Amino acid sequence: MKITVEEVAHVANLARLNLNKELTDTFAAQIGTILDYVDTLNQVDTKGVPPTSHAIFLKNAFRMDIRKDDFQKEELLSNAPDEEDGFFIVPKVIE
Amino acid sequence: MKLYELAIHEAHGLIKKKEISSKELTESVLERIDEVEPKIDAYITVDRKKALEQANQADTLIAKGDTLSPVTGIPLSIKDLICTKGMKTTCASRMLENFIPPYDAFVIKKLKAAGAVIVGKANMDEFAMGSSTENSGFKITHNPWNPDCIPGGSSGGSAASVASDMCLGSLGSDTGGSIRQPASHCGVVGMKPTYGRISRFGLVAFASSLDQIGPITKNVKDCALLMNAVSGYDSNDSTSVPRDVPDYTLSLEHDLKGVKIGIPVEYHRVEGIDPAVSKAVNSATKLLEGMGAEVFEVSLPHTQYAVAAYYVIAPAEASSNLARYDGVRYGFRDKEQKGLMDMYKSTRSKGFGFEVQRRIILGTYSLSSGYYDAYYGKASQVRTLIIEDFKNVFEKCDVIISPVTPTPAFKIGEKIDDPLTMYLSDAFTLSANLAGIPGMSLPCGFSEDGLPVGLQIMGTHFNEEMLLRVAYNFEQATNFHEKKPVL
Repeated sequence: MKITVEEVAHVANLARLNLNKELTDTFAAQIGTILDYVDTLNQVDTKGVPPTSHAIFLKNAFRMDIRKDDFQKEELLSNAPDEEDGFFIVPKVIE
Repeated sequence: MKLYELAIHEAHGLIKKKEISSKELTESVLERIDEVEPKIDAYITVDRKKALEQANQADTLIAKGDTLSPVTGIPLSIKDLICTKGMKTTCASRMLENFIPPYDAFVIKKLKAAGAVIVGKANMDEFAMGSSTENSGFKITHNPWNPDCIPGGSSGGSAASVASDMCLGSLGSDTGGSIRQPASHCGVVGMKPTYGRISRFGLVAFASSLDQIGPITKNVKDCALLMNAVSGYDSNDSTSVPRDVPDYTLSLEHDLKGVKIGIPVEYHRVEGIDPAVSKAVNSATKLLEGMGAEVFEVSLPHTQYAVAAYYVIAPAEASSNLARYDGVRYGFRDKEQKGLMDMYKSTRSKGFGFEVQRRIILGTYSLSSGYYDAYYGKASQVRTLIIEDFKNVFEKCDVIISPVTPTPAFKIGEKIDDPLTMYLSDAFTLSANLAGIPGMSLPCGFSEDGLPVGLQIMGTHFNEEMLLRVAYNFEQATNFHEKKPVL
């Protein structure tokens, strides 16, 4: 197999996903088929070809490092699953 | 004729002459939604109250006799991944089911400033990942021409809402064909502009180097009008290009004499092209030639690798972009968890659908240590070669024409368990995103079963005008765009 069940489980952990056994197996098979197809890229001679990450030739866009007051704190907290006193609340970090 | 049947430019003419009000037009569209939305399911959110408020505001502007924009008072639908302040923006994902953006996307700001009416938010594949809108976390949208068929995707709700007259026009987004393919399947006009032409500020990111917002409309003139309304530079998008916006309607005034049209020989080799599609595209080619265009074959030798390169690059970018959904600052959080790490994982697994998780895994894998060079690195090099192919071809011709998709709309459920086959149906559209060039789709025929077939026109960077010119001439010589589905 192109990608093993163990590799899918490892990558799922890196991507912070909980996959059950069934989904891990399904993904291993499906992603394996996709990767087999992706291997056709190896037919292309890319020696010395620079990679492209961005199709339009723009240079870095700089701006002055000035604070903008686009939002009120309440607006930004309004979608938070849990907040208190202007802070985002998360579960305990240190066991 | 009912008001909801009007095209944008027609409605604008009547509004300007004060023959109709935006309120009448908006009410007509809302009645149409009551009538056909139960069959189509194109919308995730319809906000009647806000739509009528906006219509009243537009009517006030009109009464004052201010100079009107062609979108003033016009009811539009918006793909549900473009942020609308105070109106839910879900990306068709459980993850953002209750997300209410605290700001408007650049394009929404422009539309609101021009007095447009936002009727609602259109269904889509979750986070724009898909070609059928079957990956929506909420509902399946049906093709107005045949409710058993998919409307295409990922902007399937946008295309279906335009085709069924539940709005006068829509904004979608296109990362690998997500505007052009549903436009083709629903028999409407769709354009993916050049990368950088329209600000992506407020467009929820899928693959940042490929995503682009664009219009879906009932005809080519409306496409030009919406392009005028939403294009332009925006300092909030560092990939937005500081370049003047032409009046796109001016390009509709020229005929086809001297226009050079290339037909890529490699596209004949794409497997599984339906005879109805080749027949419609061949007739379209002959028609354009008869109208004075010069048609000849060109070669895009690396185009056969576009699907493989795309399905490495797009998931890689997606895996990075979607890392932000962690249940902390906004969106869904799974409350049944033990500690922070468990919260991240259970939130993401319960919040994302299968296609999104599949692409996150694929993307994370292709970027991971030991595989980066073989997958992401290689695909990025092949992308360079695909761009060079287009550069060479556009030295010889003004536009390339091709099918949009190998087949007309397929049946709901037909390809959902076979991601690779679904991906391969994007063969004609992906390369425009990899190269950042503009592409559009317009109706060019019907299959024997009465399903629409689209023609794709692609051009070089920032030459949307040439696409519109070819499309408009074709549209004027045909009546495919005048046919409407019976609902």
